[in-house]
Amino acid sequence: MEAEIKVSNLYAYFGSICALRGINISIKEKVVTAVIGPSGCGKSTFIRCINRLHEVVPEAKLSGEVLLGGKDIYSADADPILIRRKIGMVFQRPNPFPALSIYDNVAAGLKLNGIKRKNDLDGIVERSLKMSALWGEVKDKLNASGVSLSGGQQQRLCIARALAVAPEVILFDEPCSALDPISTGKIEELLFQLKKNYTIIIVTHNMQQAARVSDYTAFFLLGELVEFDKTQDIFTKPKDNRTEDYITGRFG
Amino acid sequence: MQRHFDEELRKMNAELLRMASLAESAIHKSIEALKNRDREAAEAVIEDDRKIDELELTIEERAIDLLALHQPMAGDLRFITTGMKVNAELERIADLAVNIAQRVIELVDKPLLKQLIDIPKLTDIARKMVKNAINSFLKRDEGLAKEVILSDPKADGLRNLIYDELINDYLCKDGTASLRAVPLLLITRYLERICDHATNIAEDVIYMVSARVVKHHSEKLRNGR
Repeated sequence: MEAEIKVSNLYAYFGSICALRGINISIKEKVVTAVIGPSGCGKSTFIRCINRLHEVVPEAKLSGEVLLGGKDIYSADADPILIRRKIGMVFQRPNPFPALSIYDNVAAGLKLNGIKRKNDLDGIVERSLKMSALWGEVKDKLNASGVSLSGGQQQRLCIARALAVAPEVILFDEPCSALDPISTGKIEELLFQLKKNYTIIIVTHNMQQAARVSDYTAFFLLGELVEFDKTQDIFTKPKDNRTEDYITGRFG
Repeated sequence: MQRHFDEELRKMNAELLRMASLAESAIHKSIEALKNRDREAAEAVIEDDRKIDELELTIEERAIDLLALHQPMAGDLRFITTGMKVNAELERIADLAVNIAQRVIELVDKPLLKQLIDIPKLTDIARKMVKNAINSFLKRDEGLAKEVILSDPKADGLRNLIYDELINDYLCKDGTASLRAVPLLLITRYLERICDHATNIAEDVIYMVSARVVKHHSEKLRNGR
């Protein structure tokens, strides 16, 4: 399988603090890759480098190469806005636009991209909400406020919003850490469906979640990529003792 | 970092050690009963098996609790799943000791067919294999586990020798010897099966220690690969 995202020698800094130290990784397309590691290991910074969000932090710098489908996303002619449309992101806390309805939350990105015709918008909004497994619950109240939904529904609304602009890759930064087990189960089930069409990277603190949902797992520690392998191998027979210590809770 | 989980693992270790020592003692007592033609001792082996069965259930329950409550990963996961298999193998070993005791009860009223030489030798091999297998598990000693696997052909060889002797020197020559020869054949078979179960434990230990599967490929180990 072709590598969708190829990262070479990636270094990321916050001012003088080095958050990522020479990351090399090839992430396959249309699989779920989990990124695990203790707090401060650089896993969020890593995925924020993949959709050019790292650079919006003041004094943040980076070096190295990130290729998406063979094209360098940091080349001089790459447009960060376009990159972020191709590589969507879902955050830890559900963050629907508070002033917008459910419908407009999903349609917001489309309108910004110049899609104005109601028929087109209706179709994409419905398809996106169906893909994020929310349609059945909201189809009769599309004009209600996005924030009137439960936390789990809001998170699926954010996923629908990300899907609406037809990305190739979706980054999830601890998408379930603020959700109850039922909502978590729905999001995890959704990941199985989404990976048929999208490349997914999920940062998670929940080891069992990484084990359940991902095909590949990357373990980060102190800004380094310690081990990257098939998920079943990472969780049954990790090669590096640091990985073993972390996933068995001996770490620290 | 200190983990409450480690205390639970230690308990499981201790129970498996107790299970192994009961199983090994059952083998020893059943063959002593054969040597001494002691019906009561044979009956005691059968009676004591209840304790081993109960302990098997206790260990199994603990392992399931550990899986459900701690969701272990990596080395911890391999330890618990291997422990569950070791538990089942030890229970089978103890059942084979019971089978030996049942054959002893059939034999005690009859004159001994021949002096017992090779069966005690096979018993020593079986007990040593069981002991080393459980030690390899408890100490996570891959070398000792390999030793167990490599000693299995010796047990097979001795079994063939005993079979040959019982069949050619007794059964073929004198049909009336069958009532005394067949139980000895079966006891030999049980002892050899005990060695096979010890080998299974050793193969599981190698997986637990190194995450390498040697099951069904032990000839490679024997050929030094």
